[in-house]
Amino acid sequence: MGEKEDRINQLLKLARLSINFSLTLIASGILVSVLILYPPSFDKTSSIHPANVSSTEFSVDSTEIKNGIHVPSGLIADKGFELVLKTCAQCHSIEVVKQNRATKQGWKDMIVWMQKTQGLWDLGIDEVPILEYLSKNYSPKNTGRRKNLENIEWYYLKD
Amino acid sequence: MRKKNTQNINLSESKDESRRNFVVKSSLGLFAGLLGAKMVFAENFPKDIEPIGLEESTSKSLMPGKSDKLTILSDRPWNAETPIHLLDPIATPTKHFFVRNNGNAPSNVNPEKWKLTIEGESASKKITFSLKELKSKFKHYSYHLTIECGGNSRAEFSPTTEGNQWGNGAVGCAKWTGVRLKDVLNYVGVKADAVYIGYYGADQHLLDPSKVVISRGVPIKKAMEDESLIAWAINDENLPLMNGYPLRLVIGGWPASVSGKWLTKIKIRNKVHDGEKMEGKSYRVPKYPVAPGTKVPDEDMEIIGSMPVKSLVTYPKSGAMIGKGKSFEVRGQAWAGDLSVKEVHISIDFGVTWKKCTLTTPINRFAWQQWKTRITLPEKGYYEVWARATDSNGKIQPMVVPNWNPKGYLNNACHRIAVKQL
Repeated sequence: MGEKEDRINQLLKLARLSINFSLTLIASGILVSVLILYPPSFDKTSSIHPANVSSTEFSVDSTEIKNGIHVPSGLIADKGFELVLKTCAQCHSIEVVKQNRATKQGWKDMIVWMQKTQGLWDLGIDEVPILEYLSKNYSPKNTGRRKNLENIEWYYLKD
Repeated sequence: MRKKNTQNINLSESKDESRRNFVVKSSLGLFAGLLGAKMVFAENFPKDIEPIGLEESTSKSLMPGKSDKLTILSDRPWNAETPIHLLDPIATPTKHFFVRNNGNAPSNVNPEKWKLTIEGESASKKITFSLKELKSKFKHYSYHLTIECGGNSRAEFSPTTEGNQWGNGAVGCAKWTGVRLKDVLNYVGVKADAVYIGYYGADQHLLDPSKVVISRGVPIKKAMEDESLIAWAINDENLPLMNGYPLRLVIGGWPASVSGKWLTKIKIRNKVHDGEKMEGKSYRVPKYPVAPGTKVPDEDMEIIGSMPVKSLVTYPKSGAMIGKGKSFEVRGQAWAGDLSVKEVHISIDFGVTWKKCTLTTPINRFAWQQWKTRITLPEKGYYEVWARATDSNGKIQPMVVPNWNPKGYLNNACHRIAVKQL
């Protein structure tokens, strides 16, 4: 790639970053307003938390993130992973999430299936960031009709 | 998810405690912190359920009677497969038999109080048996039966299909002991209009105790085969809890999900059973071939019957390094659903040439067969041993992943191991 193209790409990246940043600020603003406007909805959570602790219990310690992975869960520590962790791991192993890969529509279909048949609740405004996180970090892999053998542990065969 | 006061196989209290004590120190900034900290629609979360919130790798001893050598895919529900080299014995050892659950195993099983009810539109009457009655009323039979998860080898499908991403180890063939399903059904009385049987088990839904976890079945013809068992023993031992203790169906050759575990009820149906995981995309494949990634309407899907021909190289374990000029044995298992295996060939040159192996006859119908041969690698280098079985109708395992389907079932592509000559 030429230097010129590199520079254009850099500029594009910068532009994208600033748009992302503005969107983040706007979204944060909306979220904060929602939090201020509807605090009682969170109080209701205490009825299902036997220890009656605040819902911050679901967040994680940053020291548990190593090389971009949240070590206790193994999830990719990208934006929204805490939300995925605390939502999905309510009912099933987070391994079930980690081993799957799908497009945004594919993940949406899984959520709808769980809502229709398995008793998953309405995810409300959590659904968008959950879908963003999953489709970005656990997107389908194209491995073709057959891939190379991987993770071979070599050893000497004794007869 | 922990249902209060029930699941004894679930995560320990102390672990829950430590989970509750996690503090917010998110490095991902305010936005992620806010989103991460709150469960916004928590009021929609079912009552009387204690959220755990954080899943970690768990102690393997939580699967009683099962080996820690199994590869765990999920611990809620428990799903674990057998490393291929551990499938080398003719009868898969009980502790190594794979585990596939859709919900939680029942807790506090009391075999003295266990009941099996036979009923349904096409049952002449409704009869409930205790375990003791089943064992005393009917003749006992033992068969070696191969059961393979319909989604075994799913991990190789491209694009990825949803579900447990099984390698090749969700299969096993053990000696199962019980009574013939047909003896019990005939004792109760099967009406002429019977079409299907449907089972119910005591497993518990992960979230909602009122939901049926899985309730599948087979056409009446398959149910009435000699080898279809209501079994209480595997390899002359009680079933492990994870494999259906104290009572299960074992119906060889079909997706293992028809072999219902923790069996409490069988319905003789006058139509195709419509229980949980009989419809939609579950254990169903398109009626016609589709391009990878195609969205297929439910009405174009059909229920999987017999599993396809397949084989595994169980010895040597993949990764063997062999000295110059040394010959070594290569062996494994082969099975073909309702059919038997006619031939097994191996290739050490990526399918260019094939060598026919010796092959045993099955101990009984639906038992897998043992194949073996000896090979010497021609020169220094990297090789793969590919195994390819042919069923009694002449159908052969493909060398590439077979036709894609929405849920990734029936991948019977030939198994490969890596070997090197030094």
